[in-house]
Amino acid sequence: MNFSLPLRRKRVNRSLGGTISLFALLVLFGCFMILPLVYAVNNAFKPLDEIFLFPPTLFVRNPTLNNFVDLFALMGNSWVPFSRYIFNTVFITGAGILGHVVLASAAAYPLAKHKFPGKKAMFGIVVLSLMFTPAVTAIPNYMILSWLGLIDTYWAVIVPAFAYSLGLYLMKQFMEQIPDSLLEAAKIDGASEYRIFWTIVMPNVKPAWLTLVILQFQILWGTDGNGFIYSEQLKSLHFAAGQIVAGGIARAGAAAAVALILMSVPITMFIFSQSRIIETMATSGMKD
Amino acid sequence: MQTWWSMKWKEVKTSRQSYAMLAPYMILFSVFTVLPVLISIVLSFTYFNMLEFPKFIGWQNYTRLFLEDDVFLIAMKNTLLFAVITGPVSYMACFVFAWIINELSPKLRAFMTLVFYAPSISGNVFFIWLMIFSGDRYGIMNGMLMKLGILLEPIQWLKTEAYILPIIILVQLWLSLGTGFLAFIAGLQTVDRTLYEAGAVDGIRNRWQELWFITLPSMRPQLMFGAVIQITTAFAVADVSIALAGFPSVNNAAATIVTHLMDFGTTRYEMGYASSIATVLFLIMVGANLLVQKLLRKVGE
Repeated sequence: MNFSLPLRRKRVNRSLGGTISLFALLVLFGCFMILPLVYAVNNAFKPLDEIFLFPPTLFVRNPTLNNFVDLFALMGNSWVPFSRYIFNTVFITGAGILGHVVLASAAAYPLAKHKFPGKKAMFGIVVLSLMFTPAVTAIPNYMILSWLGLIDTYWAVIVPAFAYSLGLYLMKQFMEQIPDSLLEAAKIDGASEYRIFWTIVMPNVKPAWLTLVILQFQILWGTDGNGFIYSEQLKSLHFAAGQIVAGGIARAGAAAAVALILMSVPITMFIFSQSRIIETMATSGMKD
Repeated sequence: MQTWWSMKWKEVKTSRQSYAMLAPYMILFSVFTVLPVLISIVLSFTYFNMLEFPKFIGWQNYTRLFLEDDVFLIAMKNTLLFAVITGPVSYMACFVFAWIINELSPKLRAFMTLVFYAPSISGNVFFIWLMIFSGDRYGIMNGMLMKLGILLEPIQWLKTEAYILPIIILVQLWLSLGTGFLAFIAGLQTVDRTLYEAGAVDGIRNRWQELWFITLPSMRPQLMFGAVIQITTAFAVADVSIALAGFPSVNNAAATIVTHLMDFGTTRYEMGYASSIATVLFLIMVGANLLVQKLLRKVGE
């Protein structure tokens, strides 16, 4: 029993002027963030004469699905069917996510929970790699992939994606908060480390692997092949979208439709996983 | 010494399960991240065209880069300009908006998080800005300004040197509320509530003092993580520049270190020279990150 008096809840003074100006700021910049996307969504449903209306309008007046019909007709006539681009992107994204989540989680577990020589150095290098972009390593990567015979295959994008460092970093930080007692109990029962990882750790880090899925999805869904894929029939949806947009005025309707397809998938995924992602990010901090 | 080594070896042997679990990831990570950085540094001291064996030429690539290559100097200037503007601005925007959003009710908070995060997750659709800044009068920017009577003729936004850089900065900022922003949203929710109550008792009077004396110091780990993400993105501008201004852009007005690297690496096949560009970029990024980490460690001390 606790007999001490409950601390009286005291709210720090929030001035009304401050509140109003902060929320005005929020709304203003919220519009800046969302209006281009609203415009893009509306454009996808505009009939051509509305896309080329002067003055241009933000919202659609007579919504139509013609742009989508045009898009598929356009792509149906191309040498590579549009569905193939969709398959390529889905396959690269799916395989890249699966491998990344499994490998990064398996590596994150010992880094978070075991003590062994070399642990600090390994994690240190992973953190260091967050500090530069993949552009730095693009040329040697091309050489390495061609030695491995992976150039112009899906794997040229998929295999390097397995080893992205942000996922390992977030997973390791999240796993650190699993109580040691949980793992000790299993160890006493004679479970191997692999078993502990698979049956105890993984079910406990669901929010983190969902986060890895989303982050990886975001990168791979938008991939254009990194310059490692040449064959037209292996190219990605994003690459095809770029071709359509490059078609200029004649393709404006189809371009708007493809933009909508490209952006709606990741946004929908984020809507359903937001709270898990935030939960993971809570442990993302860098300790000294 | 002998005993120290044998002790270490024993530790290594007892941890073999740990190493086995690390191995698949670490091998791929070494092959596709660590090794390439080392190869890049070595190649930067050679002449290499992918056909002949690399020839050692000392510092020649670097002297050429800084003394003879005018486009590199433009690229360097643009990259630093982008980084100095979008880095700090996007970092503060991430924090400020996360901080305001944190005061909302949970439902509204989830909605506003989506609004601010949507551009960066929407799968590289920044080409929609091409429709906005399109050079004819159907582009929404030209259309609006002409409707309002501010413009009489449509402007070729993306073909005019004076407008290219500001537009790229704008789009880059639009895209920049990403992982760092989410980390801040999450970090703000984990700050211990009782600290605020104690602070109120101790005489903290308004939200600004509360922010400075309680919120910021308790979020230091997230602040450091967010800084790494924002700085790295700020130096890596390339895709947006290529999508909006073309490659090469008018008079190289939108050249960045990364586009310059791509020019030599994928168009001209001067791999030694391209590697020296990559090495410079690597040093700038890591240097800037380590410096900022050092500064952030001082927050709230």
